Amino acid sequence: MTSHVLGTQLLYGGSGILLVLLGLWSFLVHAPLLRKLIAINVMGAGVFHLLVAIAYRGIDTPPDPVPHALVLTGIVVAVSATALALAFGKRLDRDGD
Amino acid sequence: MIDALPLAVTLPLIGALAVTVWPAHARGLGLAGALITAVSALTVTTEVWSRGALRADLGGWGAPLGIALEADGLSAAFLAMANLVALAVSVYAGGYFKRETARHFWPLWLLLWSALNGLFLAADLFNLYVTLELLGLSAAALGALTGTREAVAANLRYLLVGLLGSMSYLLGVALVYAAYGVLDIGLVAEAVEPGPVAWTAMTLMIGGLILKAALFPMHFWLPPAHANAPAPVSAALSALVVKAAFYLALRLWLDVFAPVLGEAAANLLGILGAGAVVWGSWRALRAERLKLLAAYSTVAQMGYLFIAFPLLAATPPGLARENLLAAVVLLALTHGFAKAGLFLAAGMVQKTAGHDRIDELGGAAQALPAATFAIGLAGVALIGLPPSGTFLAKWMMLEQAMILGLWWWLVVMMVGTLLAAAYIFRVLSRAFNREPTPYRFVNDASTELPALLLGLIATFGLGIAAQPLWRLLEQGAFG
Amino acid sequence: MSFDAWLPVAILLSSMIPGMLIFLLREESHRLRTVLNMTGALVKLGLVIWMIGGVYDGQSYETRWTLAPGLDLVLSADALSVLFVALSTILWLVTTVYAIGYLEHSPNRSRFFGFFSICVSATVGIALSGNLLTFVIFYEVLTLATYPLVAHRGTPDAAHGAKVYLAYTMGGGALLLVGAIWLQALVGPVEFTQGGILGLSPEEIRVQLILIFFVLLAGLGVKAALVPLHGWLPQAMVAPAPVSALLHAVAVVKAGAFGIVRVVYDVYGVDFAYANGLLLALGILASITILYGSLMALTQDSLKKRLAYSTVSQVSYIALGASIFGPIATIGGVVHLVHQGLMKITLFFCAGNYAEALGVHKVSEMDGVGRRMPWTSLAFTVGALGMIGVPPIAGFVSKWYLGLGAADAGSNWVIAVLVASSVLNAAYFLPILHRAWFRPAPTQWPQEHRRIGRSEIAGALLWPPVITAVLALSAGLFAAAPFSPLEWATLIAEREYGR
Repeated sequence: MTSHVLGTQLLYGGSGILLVLLGLWSFLVHAPLLRKLIAINVMGAGVFHLLVAIAYRGIDTPPDPVPHALVLTGIVVAVSATALALAFGKRLDRDGD
Repeated sequence: MIDALPLAVTLPLIGALAVTVWPAHARGLGLAGALITAVSALTVTTEVWSRGALRADLGGWGAPLGIALEADGLSAAFLAMANLVALAVSVYAGGYFKRETARHFWPLWLLLWSALNGLFLAADLFNLYVTLELLGLSAAALGALTGTREAVAANLRYLLVGLLGSMSYLLGVALVYAAYGVLDIGLVAEAVEPGPVAWTAMTLMIGGLILKAALFPMHFWLPPAHANAPAPVSAALSALVVKAAFYLALRLWLDVFAPVLGEAAANLLGILGAGAVVWGSWRALRAERLKLLAAYSTVAQMGYLFIAFPLLAATPPGLARENLLAAVVLLALTHGFAKAGLFLAAGMVQKTAGHDRIDELGGAAQALPAATFAIGLAGVALIGLPPSGTFLAKWMMLEQAMILGLWWWLVVMMVGTLLAAAYIFRVLSRAFNREPTPYRFVNDASTELPALLLGLIATFGLGIAAQPLWRLLEQGAFG
Repeated sequence: MSFDAWLPVAILLSSMIPGMLIFLLREESHRLRTVLNMTGALVKLGLVIWMIGGVYDGQSYETRWTLAPGLDLVLSADALSVLFVALSTILWLVTTVYAIGYLEHSPNRSRFFGFFSICVSATVGIALSGNLLTFVIFYEVLTLATYPLVAHRGTPDAAHGAKVYLAYTMGGGALLLVGAIWLQALVGPVEFTQGGILGLSPEEIRVQLILIFFVLLAGLGVKAALVPLHGWLPQAMVAPAPVSALLHAVAVVKAGAFGIVRVVYDVYGVDFAYANGLLLALGILASITILYGSLMALTQDSLKKRLAYSTVSQVSYIALGASIFGPIATIGGVVHLVHQGLMKITLFFCAGNYAEALGVHKVSEMDGVGRRMPWTSLAFTVGALGMIGVPPIAGFVSKWYLGLGAADAGSNWVIAVLVASSVLNAAYFLPILHRAWFRPAPTQWPQEHRRIGRSEIAGALLWPPVITAVLALSAGLFAAAPFSPLEWATLIAEREYGR
């Protein structure tokens, strides 16, 4: 693998890990549901970022399809989870009134 | 008959679709789906028993891209337990839920079942992630089924914690793929080498799983979520869902990260387990409500399972280690049956009494001999008294601990046992009072018999006839 | 498997199966319940008689079932187990009759008789255990089965007594379990073997083995009511009379005492135990218990409590017999297992009858009961005199052999303990007899029930104590006859000492 590929992977992957840490921090310190949910999604985005970086094999080579498949599936799961959490939140809000 | 393998996962999924399309027949369709699912899963177990490990590559894609299912002795054992318990829970739910709730219950329940079977059978790390997420989502939705504020709030917390756990697990999966380029458990196991990457991946994955398995001190989400769910859901959550996370941690530990582990990591898990045993049992003893008691008891029981890790790590490979592993599996299976039985019976008592405050349960407990017996039998297994499967399992674990000279685990487990006796008999003592009741052993067959049957399996079945488990576990392994 | 291999299981199941079925019966099914109870008891008796003959002829019975690798459930019959099995079977039969009469018209009889049968099955299981694991299993099952019997009445008193009982027995069970696991980790599966299995154990584990002995002794001592672990026994007196009778004579305390005998002879081996000072420690503990129990009995006005403390004291004769090195004392201890059972169950039946017919619960209320209830009082007198050690009743035989054994072993202090204890026995029993026979009856009894016909009390309540009293008398009178408890104990001692 060329150093170009490695550099790109490091940049993307590194920022992905940064996002995960950022999300984790936010998840742990913030109480409101919405912030927690966003934090979880930021974490998810970080993980997906990392996976995309792993798939990268240079400009001329087609990327590895496996991580891409993982990201797609992961997004679907994350969306459903977010939807369910929001539904719960709405229920609590309504009861709270 | 390789086909049983995908059927165990797809049949409940089809059932879930069917009950969604025809909600008016939710109960009948749901029960039918439950029955054929259980039959297909038990077929898998008997196939593994007689022929060894099974593998199926769906759509002929094969590793690394396709969806592969695999069953060895370990997964077959958990699969059998989970499906028997789920079947009992289904029968119980058929009599328990009113029409309106039933329409919401059955689709989610069959979805959960599908995810559960998928988790036991999936052969690659990413599919495991998907099943883990599905399991978490459907479990949280089921847990909030009563719609009360406490239930929704508790299950929202459960959902978020579960998401955090899955995220951590997924990050570990990404690392594994980055390092080795494969996801199939067998292939990863071949490729994995000790080093910082493998170590980090292991920490992330197992860390995420112990969050989902509610290992002390990450158990805080479990008691409110399990105690506020409807009885059949509590049973499934406590008996199966947390157990699935433990199964996966055990599987990864044994099959994938075996070369990476240090004794320190195992000891850490063991110490957390010890904390869970003591703290969970203590809180169960102090609990005012029966279902909260049962939920805290789950926290404690998960602790016993994690005490297995330091014992396994300290035992050199060989017959002794295989026996120890089987004992741990026996402990997990027995607890699955017992805890489900306890929750189902508790639900029946709660329904009759109109509440589940332990101090005021007297009349209801005396009026329902079958349910009270179920609580007693499940209790015997939870305490670890003979002739239950837990007794054998604990005996073997403790004997191995003494052989290794690790006597402090014996102290921890005995303290937990005595505390468990105290909290179980706190409930049972309510069944002896002076309120006159017409004595009929069974009052409501469809709800009391499943609970009683689960208790009987935990206390007599697995205590006296656990021997086949040893043969089943010899049947192959991943990789 | 041949019939011989099935016999121990069949004996176990003959009470287990009726017990399970009884749980399912409706409360009103009085007749069916009685039929199940009596059939079980009679079938068991028949099987046990068969087994006694076989064991006498040197036939071996063993059922082995593998629970898990290295963990076998073993039911087997040797002379010692048969002695205990026979005792429990005969007394179960008698007690069942008594309980049917005693609990007539009271609620929750299905639950009661179900657990009652399980309780006897557990006792028989303890007797037939062929290894330490099996013993632990049935020892715990016994705890589980007796708890509902103690709590049966459902009064706050019963709940409290049951709680105390459970706390003690669970603690004891945990200790026994720890000891058993520790021992198995050291030496592998512990099969009960005549002469013991630890005689050839390596020197370096000796200290651990001695420690384990005391852990096991503490675990067994709870049920055997060794001081200071006896606290549950007087509390458990809240149970219905047939339960107290069974607990004191056969089931619980005997399970503990039997366990001590097993551990001393068939696990450690009497030579090992003697050489390492374990016997002396056990003897001192037993002696303290004997004297303490008798002293406490003196101060009790409640009849059942006086009997309870008397049990504390008398059961330790069995442990005392085991603690003296030599076959003669062994005979005395082992035979007391049976003799104490016969005498104590008589006393408890009688106490139950006094309470049932006259509402008499206290010693101070017993003036003149002899003339009012002559047969019951006669049985009581036989039991009490036997406890004191008056010839020719069974208790005399036990004490004679214990004393002879002690003299043989040169332990004169043991003889002093025996004498002191007998004096105390007399001091707390003779006043009762004096009141019963020689004091005038009060004008009104505390709570008199209407007489049924001419007899002093219903037949189901009268015959059991009369029969057990006759048995206690015959065990002494015909001690030299073949198959008497004494002859059987002699057989056991011969086999244990192997000489």
